[in-house]
Amino acid sequence: MATAGSLIHARGLVKRFGSFEAVRGVDVDIAPGESFGFLGPNGAGKSSTMRMVSCLSPRSGGELRVLGMDPDTDGPRIRARLGVVPQQDNLDVELTVRENLQVYGRYFGLSRAAVRERAGELMEFAQLTDRADAKVEPLSGGMKRRLTIARALVNDPEVLLLDEPTTGLDPQARHVLWDRLFRLKQQGVTLIVTTHYMDEAEQLCDRLVVMDGGRIAAEGSPSELIRRYSTREVLELRFPFGRVADHTEVAARLAERVEVLPDRLLLYTDNGDAALAAAHEAGLRPVSGLVRRSTLEDVFLRLTGRSLVD
Amino acid sequence: MTTNDAATTRTAPAATGRSGSLFAEVGRVLEGHWVWYRLNWRATVISSVLMPALYLIAMGIGMGSLVEPGEFTQGHDYLVYLAPAVLVVSLVQTAAGESTYPVLSGFKWQRNYLAVAATPISPARLALGELTWIALRLLFSGLVYLLIAALLGALLNPMVLVSLLAAVLTGMAFAAPVVAYSATVQGEGAGFNALFRFVVMPMVLFAGTFYPVSQLPEVVQPVAWITPLWHGTELARGLAFGTLEALPALLHLSYLLALAGVGTVLACRHFHKRLVV
Ligand SMILES: Nc1ncnc2c1ncn2[C@@H]1O[C@H](COP(=O)(O)OP(=O)(O)OP(=O)(O)O)[C@@H](O)[C@H]1O
Ligand SMILES: [Mg+2]
Repeated sequence: MATAGSLIHARGLVKRFGSFEAVRGVDVDIAPGESFGFLGPNGAGKSSTMRMVSCLSPRSGGELRVLGMDPDTDGPRIRARLGVVPQQDNLDVELTVRENLQVYGRYFGLSRAAVRERAGELMEFAQLTDRADAKVEPLSGGMKRRLTIARALVNDPEVLLLDEPTTGLDPQARHVLWDRLFRLKQQGVTLIVTTHYMDEAEQLCDRLVVMDGGRIAAEGSPSELIRRYSTREVLELRFPFGRVADHTEVAARLAERVEVLPDRLLLYTDNGDAALAAAHEAGLRPVSGLVRRSTLEDVFLRLTGRSLVD
Repeated sequence: MTTNDAATTRTAPAATGRSGSLFAEVGRVLEGHWVWYRLNWRATVISSVLMPALYLIAMGIGMGSLVEPGEFTQGHDYLVYLAPAVLVVSLVQTAAGESTYPVLSGFKWQRNYLAVAATPISPARLALGELTWIALRLLFSGLVYLLIAALLGALLNPMVLVSLLAAVLTGMAFAAPVVAYSATVQGEGAGFNALFRFVVMPMVLFAGTFYPVSQLPEVVQPVAWITPLWHGTELARGLAFGTLEALPALLHLSYLLALAGVGTVLACRHFHKRLVV
């Protein structure tokens, strides 16, 4: 690979739409075989970044190499080796499940025999074999999503880019999909995922960046980020709506840091149980008190002062 | 960190996708259409052939019984006079249908063009594929029409097969610019209604299909001359009746080729602009 072993190499990557800057100088390096995540709230610039990396959208500024090539000049050759799952499904709904896979495979220059075989494997992968010859139109949202993901694998991509892969899937389907993605990862496929679900990021990503307002706010593995930006545990104290603020002063004395949400206080501490006992002693009478481990949600709250999913 | 271990232990096998030549990739776009068409062609043929067949029967046979063969029908029965022109007009109408809503849908509703954009096929090649597909559809519709026209006794000789090529070219001289336009439409396609009402419909009535344009008031005649339909009709009739002269033929052909060519270039550009954002 041209750029020191990284499959994706971006420096100061910028995307402008008119005068609006959606991506404002992103630096990332993604190594072969890595699972990399972009975590961030709506409008953070995740999709815009993904589309530039997918060679769908030209960059407005900065440096970008994908598979060692420049998307501006080598788009088709790069895309031949990528799998792209867009945020919004764009299947051919008038074709059947099988036809969608076969036609798409042909766009990638696979032989007819190859696409027939691959379509069979992918329907197995997406658990759609029993719907093979059904039209796509009436399939459920989750089935369509799975088909979109399967379709992106038709060319055995070296890099799979998934923009919010599990939005709209039920919990079981999400777990199945995570399992499938994990298997791809084991085969050495590089995964790039955007999500605003912290559990998904924790499940899927070796390393991730937290994006906000078009910029990278922090970078690291999920556990590193939690260690760096949060405490080991969090005590959540629920209060009647609108009464939360009354208790912040007391709470602030009990923890390293306190976040105020509309219906609860989050107390960041390494020992949640001790903090809960202390809270009772200090005369706090929350509706409920819950001790949990820190998550990326807390990291995000710390970094941006806002919730990830609201 | 486990990250780098994972990275070094295994490398993905090379992807199987590859980009192809212009010819191969346009072919793949056509193949995508074919997968749909081979099961659904009947409905499309019925709608694009029924209409011209009705024109032939109503105007050619019905109205035609009142029309004396004469100078303006170039000595032929009105039905025979009409047949090559209705071929052209029906292909232009089919072209209008195929180059409006289906194209907008590819960008906006079904969004399947967005899916193609993520493959090695470039937007310009996709546009060329779409246009080629429309041309093939026109060719096929035209053949079915000629079959019906032959059964009705409306055809003089096999020269009308050359007229068919002129008709397809006319259809594309209209389709290519319209595809280019459709690729820029952001709304729900309200402009298409205007196109059908204020461009296609008047063209059908005033571009020399049912009577020579010379019958129109002199001030309106130039309006007919700018329509591709008039040029196509002149060509198709001239070829079918063996009355075509070299110079007018060249002019008609150049005009239609220019429209189709400019339309194609614009369509490629607009597809690129719309998909690469
Ligand atoms: N084609 C476009 N034209 C103009 N503005 C755009 C376009 N695409 C995205 N934007 C703007 O860029 C910003 C970032 O959008 P983007 O889709 O990259 O965010 P995101 O992080 O993917 O958000 P979400 O979680 O909602 O998918 C948004 O403010 C959006 O309105
Ligand atoms: Mg997005």
